[in-house]
Amino acid sequence: MKHYMFLIAYQPGDLSAASEEARAAFFEQHGAFSAFVAEHGKELASAALDDVETATTVRHVNGEIVVSDGPFAQTSEIIGGYYQVELPDLDTAIAAVRLLPPSYSLEIRPISTIT
Amino acid sequence: MSYEPLERVVRQEWGRLIGLLLARYRRLDLVEDALGDAVEAAARAWPVEGAPKDPAAWLNRAASRRVLDRLRAEAMQQRRVALLVTEAQRSQERAGTMADTGNLVEDDLLRLILMCTHPALKPEAASALALRLVLGVSTYDVARLFLVPEPTMAARITRAKKKIIAAGIPFAIPGADVLPQRLEAVAQTAYLAFTAGYAPGSGNNLLRTDLAGEAVRLVRVVLQKCPTEPVLVTLLALLLLQHSRRDARLGTEGGLVLLADQDRSQWHREEIDEALDLLDTLNGPLDLSAMAARYLIQARIAAEHATAAEAGDTRWDRIVAHYDLLLQLSASPAAGLARAVAVAEAEGPEAGLAALDGLSMPGSHRPAAVRAELLVRTGRIDQAQASYVEAIALCRNEAELEYLKKRAVEIGITLPPEDSTAQQLPQDDPSRNGQNR
Repeated sequence: MKHYMFLIAYQPGDLSAASEEARAAFFEQHGAFSAFVAEHGKELASAALDDVETATTVRHVNGEIVVSDGPFAQTSEIIGGYYQVELPDLDTAIAAVRLLPPSYSLEIRPISTIT
Repeated sequence: MSYEPLERVVRQEWGRLIGLLLARYRRLDLVEDALGDAVEAAARAWPVEGAPKDPAAWLNRAASRRVLDRLRAEAMQQRRVALLVTEAQRSQERAGTMADTGNLVEDDLLRLILMCTHPALKPEAASALALRLVLGVSTYDVARLFLVPEPTMAARITRAKKKIIAAGIPFAIPGADVLPQRLEAVAQTAYLAFTAGYAPGSGNNLLRTDLAGEAVRLVRVVLQKCPTEPVLVTLLALLLLQHSRRDARLGTEGGLVLLADQDRSQWHREEIDEALDLLDTLNGPLDLSAMAARYLIQARIAAEHATAAEAGDTRWDRIVAHYDLLLQLSASPAAGLARAVAVAEAEGPEAGLAALDGLSMPGSHRPAAVRAELLVRTGRIDQAQASYVEAIALCRNEAELEYLKKRAVEIGITLPPEDSTAQQLPQDDPSRNGQNR
């Protein structure tokens, strides 16, 4: 089994602008995803993140801590949530994220073990 | 490794042996080195003792011993009971892996190919990895094919192997729903290696076309596993037709010989015949993916050339029709340009020039070069001059540049001096000549 983090990027406003039907489909898709993960592995953690307007970035610049408003990178897509899962391999991971809403872009990151 | 029986078995069995070892030990980080060590041991032993009766089995045993040595050493390091633990882990892992749901026979070589060409790898890395692991092409040769220094290529292959391990790219045949897509990735990987061999570059071009032939071999290997997969059948036909002309492509001085001027007796007939047979299996109504359809049409275009006894016999009208279809399927400036050339051959230079209108390939010298040639054919030398100047200014390929300049001079066009440095240097400066070669 491998540990993965699925980072979900989406266009801001997707969900709030969605119709009642679209919302229902959205939750159904997340449900299908969770069922698939449970069948093939384990869901360890997940969360939806608050709006990108609420993000704060902290960096070290010339030995000093610089705190600034906003996310890491200014792109049209933002990280909106994540799943942390345990699945056998990348193909299973890809099969799982395919079940999530098609408006998402997904980044699959293996979680490394620090030795 | 210059002992013939060894070379033969490495060439024919490398991928199968890697596949076997991976299936048994699931350790991509160990098996390639282990097999490499086994080949080295064979290179020392076989010329003295004679080649074993079953050379592949010998290599398999020797490589397995190396892997087991490493596993034991690792287990010792971790103070574990040697092998018992790894064995237990492995059976557990196997139980957890998705079952193969495809219609295919279980096959380690196909698993290996699909792993190397996984879309989660960068295409160039996948291509290099497939040549290395499936066909046993040396890192040195893979580097030459892709025109990068050997250490760069070695690092690229190592990174790809690390990604496979870290990301958990499986050594498995995917389900029937995903398999066709994955076979397309295999086709793209092979095509990339093939075109790399024909890409202009410094160094020995003949050797690099030889290496392009390895891409043909890769397609053959996969095709043996999936013999009716249209994307592989069409790609093999296309590659064979293009590759069949390799000996006629280069002139005695290494310059490029255009299709029309090639000595057709130097074309590899048996490859052309094989490709035509493959295309024959694809007549009638077909349900092809977009990629397979593109390969098929390109192969049919190449087949028109291959079956013309002389350049003058080429059925350009049929080629134009093929290009029309190709452009309908996916419009690309390169195909548009090729179509314009075909139109000029079929209907005359004026029609060709009309077909060039509106075609845009920013940064490429090719539209200007074609326009120049067609203007010459209509007798408009004055207008051709501007196009030649434009094409020569844009051209970055030594062989084609040479050709354009020669052609311009033949027609009596005066070219402006290349650049200011050229003017300052004496005409017979040997260092400058050297740089130009």
